[in-house]
Amino acid sequence: MIAHALFFYFFSIIAILSAIMVIVSRNTVHAVFFLILDFISIASLFILIGAEFLGMMMIIVYVGAVAVLFLFVVMLLNVSEQKLSWFRGARKTKHIPIGLAVGAVILLELIVVVGGWKYRDTFSETKFLNFEKDFTNTHAIGNVMYTEYIHLFQISGLILLLSMIGAIVLTYRKREGVKRQNYFTQVSREREDSIKLVEVESGKGINLDD
Amino acid sequence: MESLVVLYNEVYKILFLLIPILVSVAMIVWFDRRVWGFVQKRKGPNVVGPFGLFQTLADALKYIFKEIIIPASSNKVIFILAPIVTMTLALSAWAVIPLSEKMVIADINVGILYIFAISSLGVYGILMGGWASNSKYPFLGAVRSAAQMVSYEVSIGIIIINVLLCTGSLNLSEIVLAQQNLWFVIPLFPMFVIFFISALAETNRPPFDLPEAEAELVAGYQTEYSGMMYAMFWLGEYANILLMCALGSILFLGGWLSPIDIYPLNLIPGAVWMIIKILILFFMFAIIKAIVPRYRYDQLMRLGWKVFLPFSLIYVVLTASFLIYFDLLPNTGN
Repeated sequence: MIAHALFFYFFSIIAILSAIMVIVSRNTVHAVFFLILDFISIASLFILIGAEFLGMMMIIVYVGAVAVLFLFVVMLLNVSEQKLSWFRGARKTKHIPIGLAVGAVILLELIVVVGGWKYRDTFSETKFLNFEKDFTNTHAIGNVMYTEYIHLFQISGLILLLSMIGAIVLTYRKREGVKRQNYFTQVSREREDSIKLVEVESGKGINLDD
Repeated sequence: MESLVVLYNEVYKILFLLIPILVSVAMIVWFDRRVWGFVQKRKGPNVVGPFGLFQTLADALKYIFKEIIIPASSNKVIFILAPIVTMTLALSAWAVIPLSEKMVIADINVGILYIFAISSLGVYGILMGGWASNSKYPFLGAVRSAAQMVSYEVSIGIIIINVLLCTGSLNLSEIVLAQQNLWFVIPLFPMFVIFFISALAETNRPPFDLPEAEAELVAGYQTEYSGMMYAMFWLGEYANILLMCALGSILFLGGWLSPIDIYPLNLIPGAVWMIIKILILFFMFAIIKAIVPRYRYDQLMRLGWKVFLPFSLIYVVLTASFLIYFDLLPNTGN
């Protein structure tokens, strides 16, 4: 049990420290790397309590896909150049009051959640999950997700699809004069269509009609 | 005291896996160059040692004694971290690969997800290297490589779903044992082909080696690296290729199982079959490097998103319908 506790404190300390570093570090790319470290240590905590499926999904979805996109945006926009005007700008910035307001709301919500914990409904207890010995938690999650919560699951999938289509529609603009290749015509081009062999009599030349 | 013995046993097991992998990576590099040479009517490396077998060791020695140059304007911590991340991830994925029924370090429930997670982390080694170098070619190469790997991971994930539908388990050993009657390469042959091509793209091998396309990007994300740090990138890359070959043989070619379960063939230990299958797949990797010209970047993206993704999605639906119609869904005990 001691080893378990040691691992728990190891990963949770890394998780908390890297979470602090995400908001403290000046370089935005470093902040994203600390965010990735945070995700990974939280996934390790999931694995530590026996929820290996959730832990792996956390790494695959958040670290493998979402954080890559974060990193792309941060690297390509070169946000780090703006850091001077963001953090110690000479003129008055509007960021600080808004940030304080959001922080206050989050703090209030945390207090409500922690304080109201003992009044929680018994509904949220996992009555569908059964933890037998030779029953992996992948099976347990699948059994609940595709029976009890199938409609919610499908609806959330549809919402994701809609948001994806929406983002594409919003950013799509048709540009004029862009040369595109048609793969079908490229591949279906034959030798006969493009090469013509002509016998030319010497000294007379030839007149090609095109 | 007891925990020390456990620790010793674990370290012993890990070393017993890691050292053969590193040696076989060295051998596989030699094999790759030999095949490449023979296709082009050259001899390839044949001077150092018998048949040139020690060529890679000589190369490694050269890398060790070369100076490690760190560009002045680079981000030093991330620059040094990048090759370490690449190689660590490439080697740690091997922990769950079963070489035979007993020869596996960690026989975990979600083995296939573990490999998928580790290989999706592999993007970061390249992105970190490209960004920290703080120069144009590495950055372009890294961005290209990341986009390419993320795209092809999607199609690999859906191909894995096809296999999982037929096995009903995420454990790699159980995936192999489910193929005792029929290797999945026969019912899922189109998926095997797509998996192989996606694996080429995932490991940045030709014809999809755009991140290091030497004609446009010098060497992509590796441009600023030298000495041992370059060698670590290189080792990680080949360890990843071997991993993809192992994954292909586990998912489709029946892992450690012999082709036919008859008398002289089933005397051969499972690990030998596994290694033979990995080598056959790697030979295909090497041949393709020699004979196929490089793709253009838009063609690469089109192939991943517009051809492989829809096709493998349709195949998931087909497989699921087939399994349900003929009542062949694997019984997983509930």
